[in-house]
Amino acid sequence: MSGVVSFLTRRRGGRFWHWTDIVSWLWLIGGLVVMFGPAIWLVGSSFKTPAQLAEFPPTILPYVSQQATVEGHDKPLTLYRVKLPDGSTKVLAELRRIGTVAQMVDPKAPNDIVKVNIASREPVREIGFATENYTEPFVHFDFLRYLRNSVFVTAMATLITLLTNSMAAFALSKYRFRGRDLTMLLIVGTLMVPLSVILVPLYSVVSAVGLLDSLWGVILPTVATPTGVFLLRQYMLTIPDELLDAARMDNASEWQIYWRIVLPLAAPALAVLAIFSVVWRWNDFLWPLVVLSRKELYTLQVGLNTYAGQLNVQWHYILAMTVVTMIPVVLVFVFLQRYITSGIAGTGLK
Amino acid sequence: MTAAATLKTWTGAALAAPVVWLASIVNVPLKSWQRATGTGGMAAFFLAPNMAIFGIFVLVPLVINFFYSATSGTAYFLQDRTYVGLEQYQRLLDCGSYLDTATCREDLFWKAVHNTGLFVVVQVAMMTIVSIATALILNREIVGRSFWRAVFFFPVLLSPVVTGLIWRWILQRQGLLNLIVHDMGGEPYNWLTDRFWAFTAAVSVSVWAHMGFYTLILLAGLQAIPRDLYEAAEMDGTKPARVFWRITLPLLMPNLLVVIVLALIRAVQIFDEVYVLTGGGPGTSTLYLTQYIYEIGFASLLRNPGLASAASILMGLVLVVLTLLQLQVGRRGERKGARE
Repeated sequence: MSGVVSFLTRRRGGRFWHWTDIVSWLWLIGGLVVMFGPAIWLVGSSFKTPAQLAEFPPTILPYVSQQATVEGHDKPLTLYRVKLPDGSTKVLAELRRIGTVAQMVDPKAPNDIVKVNIASREPVREIGFATENYTEPFVHFDFLRYLRNSVFVTAMATLITLLTNSMAAFALSKYRFRGRDLTMLLIVGTLMVPLSVILVPLYSVVSAVGLLDSLWGVILPTVATPTGVFLLRQYMLTIPDELLDAARMDNASEWQIYWRIVLPLAAPALAVLAIFSVVWRWNDFLWPLVVLSRKELYTLQVGLNTYAGQLNVQWHYILAMTVVTMIPVVLVFVFLQRYITSGIAGTGLK
Repeated sequence: MTAAATLKTWTGAALAAPVVWLASIVNVPLKSWQRATGTGGMAAFFLAPNMAIFGIFVLVPLVINFFYSATSGTAYFLQDRTYVGLEQYQRLLDCGSYLDTATCREDLFWKAVHNTGLFVVVQVAMMTIVSIATALILNREIVGRSFWRAVFFFPVLLSPVVTGLIWRWILQRQGLLNLIVHDMGGEPYNWLTDRFWAFTAAVSVSVWAHMGFYTLILLAGLQAIPRDLYEAAEMDGTKPARVFWRITLPLLMPNLLVVIVLALIRAVQIFDEVYVLTGGGPGTSTLYLTQYIYEIGFASLLRNPGLASAASILMGLVLVVLTLLQLQVGRRGERKGARE
């Protein structure tokens, strides 16, 4: 134990703790709470029943009220811990409630009705998870369809991005031809054209080519990412040309050189682009919101926003759906975070 | 090889087989194409798919945006719209006083401009300070640096919709923030219905969501500063504050400028998370430019795509200036790096 403590408090040069060390650790611990706390609160809340979500002050953990079946009643009744006038407490089941008075029975003696003021009782609860928040949206809403749309858009867009961007990057890094520098300039120049600047004309172009209200209308405008071409080109420039020339000597066609030599060698850069593309396309919001107006085509992000924008927000479903929407990104974070952070530190792209 | 490993290899091969087969099929016509056109033709072939998509969905919209902004009507096809010249711009810029949105013809646009301006200034300042502080702390000799770096990076990956919903849930009346306020003896409050708090929430949430990205860039810059400079300073007994102002900050400057300009560019375009969080409200207090463009262009009943397009071009001009600034900054950083 003392080994652990001395390891954690070890300082360069063996000096004592300085006030800046304490500030640093407070900042880090605070950061841990602020960065993960909201997501954990979301997950915890998503397992609460609607009644519990409406409660104030909210509890940290999700609880469910205990119920019991009482002889002579079809439905299970909710149990309450009641403080009786004689000072003793007893667990009773509620039959009905009229104003501030509840009619309750002892589950063991179902014939004696006791009238209780609701101020002198509290529900019997135990920690429990309202998993129906997760199962019901699949039945009652188009949630499954949104999920499928999102998966389709993300997978297709990523595949097409990888293929077209790597082909373009191959041409731009391994061939000398007239207009190459101009093409590169064009691509880099539009690196910074954000969607919001071309929103209206892009909409009219997409509707002119007949892709309005289709998932391909969501996918295609996103796949020619200048960032992807740029990243792959920079990487392919490091592949020695001698390798390609040797393959040409062996009578390999240009397509074979691209497919069997350059692509496998560029695998690390392709992997980084694939991770980025998955996160980007999964998270896209504004463009799908503009292009999709038929409800059955909504992606998760648009669907979530629509449900959350309704007058009567059904938070218990929204929270559970938000958690599901978060899962792929959390998986990427847990397993692939290293690649992303090194990608950003290296190229400054996001 | 174990049975599991064999199975894995075989499944991998089975999945890859159609792709490999397709690639070899494609090779046949491409070979004759190569024979007919030479490598120049092959370059064209490799560029074609990307440039076609790029041309149709980026370049064409970019160009027709200017024509768009010179037309009026509610139709989306250019041929169905009437040419009005610079009228849309005149309409946008028609203001008694640019400081008072009530005197403007398009008061909502100017409201969005003012809101965005204030948001950009406050958010970028906060973002820079928080990211520098975090990067400096992560650059110290701490145990588990990569873990802590990941902690601050986590929200960067979340979708803006998820970010917006998480915080809406925390800031609502029965939310976590009110629980904390309640435990400290205060009264619960509807934070997002208050102008000041809605703005504060928009700024803080966007900083929360993106600071990890900027921290990474700054941390990379800090780690590139040569250690021996610090050792020399330590030997001279230089005070830590002086070390920061005289060594750390000047050498971090190229990265810091890139961070500030990038943050500016992003902040001008702020939309998703704030839209989900506040919907632009209460009233118009968190209505920003992109939401204005979206609503005038598509959502609003009185939609006017020409006006939206004119507004987007004005916003684009600001972004072009900022981008040129970034290129300038980047080049200066490179030259500086070469000199040292």
